[in-house]
Amino acid sequence: MTLDLLLTHYNYWVVIFLMMVGFYILISRGNLIKKIVGLNVFQTSVFMLYISLGKITEGTPPILVDGYGEADVVYSNPLPHVLILTAIVVGIATTSVGLALAVRIKEAYGTLEEDEITGIEAGIEPAGEAGG
Amino acid sequence: MAEHYPALQVVVPLLAAPLCLFVRNGRAAWGLAVLASWTALGISLMLLSRVMSSGVISYALGGWAPPIGIEYRVDVVNAWVLVIVSTIGALVAPYALTSVEREIGARRIPLFYAAYLLCLSGLLGITITGDVFNVFVFLEISSLSAYALIALGQDRRALTSAFRYLVAGSVGATFIVIGIGLLYSMTGSLNMADLAQLLPGVWESRTVKVAYGFLAVGFCLKLALFPLHLWLPNAYTYAPSPVTAFMASTATKVAVYMLLRFFLTVFGAAFSFDVMALDRVLLPLALVAVVSMSLVAIFQVNVKRLLAYSSVAQIGYMILGLSFATVTGLTATLLHLFNHALMKGALFMAMGCVMYRVGSVHIDAMAGLGRRMPATMAAFVAGGLSLVGVPLTVGFVSKWYLILGALERGWWPVAVLVLIASLMALVYIWRVVEVAYFREFTGDQQTREAPWTLLWPTWALVALNLYFGIAAERTAGIARQAAEVLMTGIGQ
Repeated sequence: MTLDLLLTHYNYWVVIFLMMVGFYILISRGNLIKKIVGLNVFQTSVFMLYISLGKITEGTPPILVDGYGEADVVYSNPLPHVLILTAIVVGIATTSVGLALAVRIKEAYGTLEEDEITGIEAGIEPAGEAGG
Repeated sequence: MAEHYPALQVVVPLLAAPLCLFVRNGRAAWGLAVLASWTALGISLMLLSRVMSSGVISYALGGWAPPIGIEYRVDVVNAWVLVIVSTIGALVAPYALTSVEREIGARRIPLFYAAYLLCLSGLLGITITGDVFNVFVFLEISSLSAYALIALGQDRRALTSAFRYLVAGSVGATFIVIGIGLLYSMTGSLNMADLAQLLPGVWESRTVKVAYGFLAVGFCLKLALFPLHLWLPNAYTYAPSPVTAFMASTATKVAVYMLLRFFLTVFGAAFSFDVMALDRVLLPLALVAVVSMSLVAIFQVNVKRLLAYSSVAQIGYMILGLSFATVTGLTATLLHLFNHALMKGALFMAMGCVMYRVGSVHIDAMAGLGRRMPATMAAFVAGGLSLVGVPLTVGFVSKWYLILGALERGWWPVAVLVLIASLMALVYIWRVVEVAYFREFTGDQQTREAPWTLLWPTWALVALNLYFGIAAERTAGIARQAAEVLMTGIGQ
């Protein structure tokens, strides 16, 4: 039963694995680029979750072809795929804004390591505050 | 024309945003932003009056009937939030002109207005839509433009705080998408009204409960509920002044609205309070937020950061009202959405005036400013009194309903904690007032009052603070009606 659950739902296990890996990278890595990569992996797992949801056992691709009436064909649900296209675009936008910020941070601080940035910020705190 | 108001509410600022890029001129872009935001305000006021007189407006986008097509659904609750967002949007836009010319490089000014309008249309879109996936799309439009806006701050720490906000915000948004996907897998619908009908049939399934959990964490990250607030203080501190005033008064409010809409309309109050025990989860978090963040605010030396921590505490009040699980509690929440937008908007705008003339918002830089910039500091005092909850200001009205809600449930210790936190608000506001009025001015002798272009939007918000503090039955009436809609659900 347990093995059966593992095998028939293996795509969901992949989703969970990717989700955890991405989230772990996001939390544990100090490098800002690696954080963005982690975020990306995390988001990708959700894309796969949605695509898995649309799959119907024995379902055909949702394409209207001559000779196949609507009633006698079981087809996969195309809506989650369309939704996730939007989410992929959002993911690209998030990544590009994140990378653009990383470039600006590198220019301003000379580093992309979070602990070094925190150190620099802590160092300038007293003088920097007063200067605005 | 009038039947298309729900679509125009979002489309007008959305289309004005790319136009700002084409004009390539700071002043012209500003003109467009003011025009678009005032149009949005006009539309939202008309929507509110129509909803109040003739009930729910349902608008099928592109003529595709719901639940297949995307529906824009306006009831008292979101008409109210639309008015909040567009009021602040319409007052920050004129304020931005002078402030942005000082704080942002000339080349970037058209980009600033484009991002500002995108953020505004995203927030309005989240509020107006009746489709759960559409909520996510607008959430990302508003969030991505918010990251860009915060990164425009002068201090280089604006960049790192925008980055942290991006990471936290994206995780929150992704959690929300997971929740929406799981809901879709159980019901096959994305329409809020349709989901509200379908979900009671699958209440018992674990998938729905897991979806609820994912959504709860996602919303709480977005609305900065303690302990998921860590992205907020730096983001508000280092963002350009008009951005802080706008974000502090709208972004978290819309996130609170999302939470109310999903958990009370889509899932239903019965499921949230009886099955998922939402009230018992939120109550301790809200109380800790109110007390601990007010305490942290007392010890801040940067006044913008002080106000940012105070914002986290105020969000605690809103969630506290929800956790009473009564109509009175929700009335307090919805009233405080509006009232907090007015007071924090005024306070952050006053800080923007100080930033413009003095170039710093450090508490020591405000020594003696009460005499140098009387109108600015008077606005700060008025906003501060409202934050504390002094009678005749809006802050008093929301605290009144909050304490009423607590006593109605018989939770007098909660009422006492609210009063203690109000005293703490008095302490941190007094620290600034003391420095500004009872210390000698030590700065540049050239320091003058802020220009009128900055002062009038600030004072307009202060005036609204006082007006709705006295004419409270108007706002309270709408808020109570909205609370009743939320508590009874969409089916009835």
